[in-house]
Amino acid sequence: MEINLNKKPEEPSLYTVKAVFILDNDGNRLLSKYYDPELYPSMKEQKNFERNVFNKTHKADNEIAFLEGMTIVYKGNIDLFFYVVGSAQENELMLMSVLNCLFDSLSQILRKNVERRCLLDNMEGVFLVVDEIIDGGVILESDPQQVLQKVSYRVRLIIYSQLPVISDLFESFQN
Amino acid sequence: MIKKFDKKDEESGSGSNPFQHLEKSAVLQEARIFNETPINPRRCLHILTKIIYLLNQGEHFGTTEATEAFFAMTRLFQSNDQTLRRMCYLTIKEMANISEDVIIVTSSLTKDMTGKEDVYRGPAIRALCRITDTTMLQAIERYMKQAIVDKVPSFILLVYCPMSHCWQSFLFICIQHMVKMSYDVVKRWVNEAQEAASSDNIMVQYHALGLLYHLRKNDRLAVTKMLNKFTKSGLKSPFAYCMLIRIASKLLDETEGGHDSPLFDFIESCLRNKNEMVVYEAASAIVHMPNCTARELAPAVSVLQLFCSSPKAALRYAAVRTLNKVAMKHPSAVTACNLDLENLITDSNRSIATLAITTLLKTGSESSVDRLMKQISSFVSEISDEFKVVVVQAISALCQKYPRKHSVMMNFLSNMLRDDGGFEYKRAIVDCIISIIEENPESKETGLAHLCEFIEDCEHTVLATKILHLLGKEGPRTPQPSKYIRFIFNRVVLESEAVRAAAVSALAKFGAQNDDLLPSVLVLMQRCMMDSDDEVRDRATFYMNVLQQKQKALNAAYIFNGLSVSIPGLEKSLHQYTLEPTEKPFDMKTVPLATTPITEQKTEIAPVATSKLPEKLAPSRQDIYQEQLAAIPDFQGLGPLFKSSEPVQLTEAETEYVVRCVKHTFARHMVFQFDCTNTLNDQLLQKVVVQMEPSESYEVIHHIPAPSLPYSQPGSCYTLVRLPDDDPTAGRNTMGCTMKYLVRDCDPNTGEPDDDGYDDEYVLEDLEVTVADHIQKVLKPNFGAAWEEVGDEFEKEETFALASVRTLDEAVGNIISFLGMQPCERSDKVPENKNSHVLFLAGVFRGGHDVLVRARLALADGVTMQVTVRSGEETVVDVILASVG
Repeated sequence: MEINLNKKPEEPSLYTVKAVFILDNDGNRLLSKYYDPELYPSMKEQKNFERNVFNKTHKADNEIAFLEGMTIVYKGNIDLFFYVVGSAQENELMLMSVLNCLFDSLSQILRKNVERRCLLDNMEGVFLVVDEIIDGGVILESDPQQVLQKVSYRVRLIIYSQLPVISDLFESFQN
Repeated sequence: MIKKFDKKDEESGSGSNPFQHLEKSAVLQEARIFNETPINPRRCLHILTKIIYLLNQGEHFGTTEATEAFFAMTRLFQSNDQTLRRMCYLTIKEMANISEDVIIVTSSLTKDMTGKEDVYRGPAIRALCRITDTTMLQAIERYMKQAIVDKVPSFILLVYCPMSHCWQSFLFICIQHMVKMSYDVVKRWVNEAQEAASSDNIMVQYHALGLLYHLRKNDRLAVTKMLNKFTKSGLKSPFAYCMLIRIASKLLDETEGGHDSPLFDFIESCLRNKNEMVVYEAASAIVHMPNCTARELAPAVSVLQLFCSSPKAALRYAAVRTLNKVAMKHPSAVTACNLDLENLITDSNRSIATLAITTLLKTGSESSVDRLMKQISSFVSEISDEFKVVVVQAISALCQKYPRKHSVMMNFLSNMLRDDGGFEYKRAIVDCIISIIEENPESKETGLAHLCEFIEDCEHTVLATKILHLLGKEGPRTPQPSKYIRFIFNRVVLESEAVRAAAVSALAKFGAQNDDLLPSVLVLMQRCMMDSDDEVRDRATFYMNVLQQKQKALNAAYIFNGLSVSIPGLEKSLHQYTLEPTEKPFDMKTVPLATTPITEQKTEIAPVATSKLPEKLAPSRQDIYQEQLAAIPDFQGLGPLFKSSEPVQLTEAETEYVVRCVKHTFARHMVFQFDCTNTLNDQLLQKVVVQMEPSESYEVIHHIPAPSLPYSQPGSCYTLVRLPDDDPTAGRNTMGCTMKYLVRDCDPNTGEPDDDGYDDEYVLEDLEVTVADHIQKVLKPNFGAAWEEVGDEFEKEETFALASVRTLDEAVGNIISFLGMQPCERSDKVPENKNSHVLFLAGVFRGGHDVLVRARLALADGVTMQVTVRSGEETVVDVILASVG
């Protein structure tokens, strides 16, 4: 596969992002969304692609890679890896702005605890953030403040997950 | 339930995944609490999260269970918890395709869409669009209309509609089928979008522009207007700017607008935008424009140069990747950046380093090659296959530029060949080595040795067969052919059927060319005849018998130079032959030749990706013509179509009637097909005929008119001409052409013609028949053998002086295009600094006679040419010599 620089630019459209995914430090999928139905239609192909991307990127924090004919921008933090995928012709900086917005929004939602456990504890917030940033491959928002406003998600207390006793109490009150 | 989770977490440590041991059935069981009253938002939220998480992990939900969960979920709309509501929207979107009857949430969604809560509107519309299909469009049309009429929601609708998954089809359907709604609505949408495009919200602006373009993209005038408006007024959103640049460069490309166009000025002005994203988009747009001059590139290159030293890896990558692209066409434009690129060689991002080095290889001088190659070999194992292919491509380009460097390159390539890598990568290397071998005869032996080593352990059948073919072609002509035999025979013993068969063919070529090897080859061949595969056995038996005859002519015809006929044509002819029982043996000469003989291993390195699709045996242009002509009764009995020329224009581009001619050659006839187009909308032409006046030896037999030629609908008429049998001047002819027809004036609006018309005629340009029209190119991989095969019975020789030609290259080019024959043995390439050259040409003359030309060229004041022609037919030799004279 060549880096196809000769191909004419595609039809101008709003569809910018091909896929977005978050992996943990073993390369397991925590969240992933594919927006182009022609790109890796089956779950097996998607996971293969994620595995391949993870293997090529997790060792060095290089920010950008070109794999399987796709431009991939990424960012690692503690035990999480965030990826945004676009076509070979896509403006790399556009993809970067999506990645930065995703990371910054999550960082604020998780009160700077961008690590696996905290992310999983607030998974619904993560789903909502991704949904507000990209829908169907179209960039909806690139400003983290706007995203937070639209999601208006309250973080689940960290204490809740770390201290099961209190959370148990909390639970029994509710019931 | 949550309690249970936390316990589990405790057991496996705080780093574990609370969703890890989720069971679909347990989660669905839990989902029953959706039906409890009052709704517990927190627990429900958690369960919805689990469902979405499972779906995201690829868990399969059956239709029944999905539908059940979906219906339970709809109850949650009763709760007013914001996050819960938002998760409901997400669930709807995720389940839209797996659950049945998702449309039941339509009313809930439309309520949120038009409700007071601002945060619900956008996501609700997006969810609604996801579950909308054509059948229910009518149902929601009311809400959409309402949203459009109502200022605020319409605004949101506009912004969010493009985001929805099916907005394109939604728009399409609106426009296509709902005529009563469409004109009105689309117009209103355009207005709304235009208003939104000047919005202060930068994302709204971006989406509105995208929607506007989508609504109008088929209307070039509207797009131009839109561009004018926005390029003047300016935009706030960098995304919208990028979009605008893309639209502008697409329009420039389509209209072939010059670079003095205001659109180009706009793109160039974006190079000074304060946002890097926009600057880069503009620079990239300029670089990708066809026919950009170095001066126009300069500003784009200088912003890219600045980006090269950016702290952001993505920006450096983008810049160097684009510079790499510039270096392919305009290496000199990039030289200014050499210093910046040098700094990137050690970039920790290997993709950037690779791109920098390959760019430098294109722009740098010969002296820097060794250093760069050393640098790149230090980390080649770390980079991905994609970039390894880029490196190979750069090397291949370099070998053509600096042929003297081939030994360094060959070494490097052979090391790369030993490394791990996928098929595309290996293929790029093999292609590169093959092209080096062909460019530099002195590198042949080392190159073949590397390839031999490679096939010893090669898992790719395609590559192994390709290399075996090459060995068969080149090996016998090396000083020591015997050393290749072992490599080839090893393949016969160890490999799959396809490779074994290719190895047998290669062996046969050694036997045919080298008499001292023949006995051993025959022994090996005998072993191959006991192979377990049919194809391998058949080939071995066939070659065995041919080789045992020890006849040069047989070897040439059946071992060196394969079939030159078109395979679909052969299939068709054989089928035809079996349909009509006849005593006559099948005649190969009646089979049409392959129209595009493969150029002799001129490995185009560049488009590796394009050949990814399996090659289809699409009918060639000639096959299509053959079908068309065969359908006309008057042309039956002419035999198979021998050759069709490229269309020749017989009128200027902008005239009343546009006529072009395709010359079809048959064994003894020519058919001239005139494709005529009438560009006058107030005329209908009838009985259109092109009358031809050839000089003496050609005889016009028949005209077939085009019955009717309405405005702008092309039609064809034909003229059949008989060619003289044995007239040496038959090769060339010039014919006057006149188009004759009956004109009927008609109403430009309705196309209704008047009752009567009048005869008229229109003089066309003269049509030339050249000797190339009678000859089809055929590649003889082994020209020497073919030359012996034809023999010297009708050999003729003549010497000409080409006074007007100054270089050997020019002479070679002229001869090839004049005779329309295939250059063999790469003799179309004249080595540098030589005063003499021999050109070998091969072809087939109409009627199926092989014809070979050997032209010895010598450069003095002009070029002197001694032409030797051989063919099985005397007239053919005469025709060719007469036409050259």
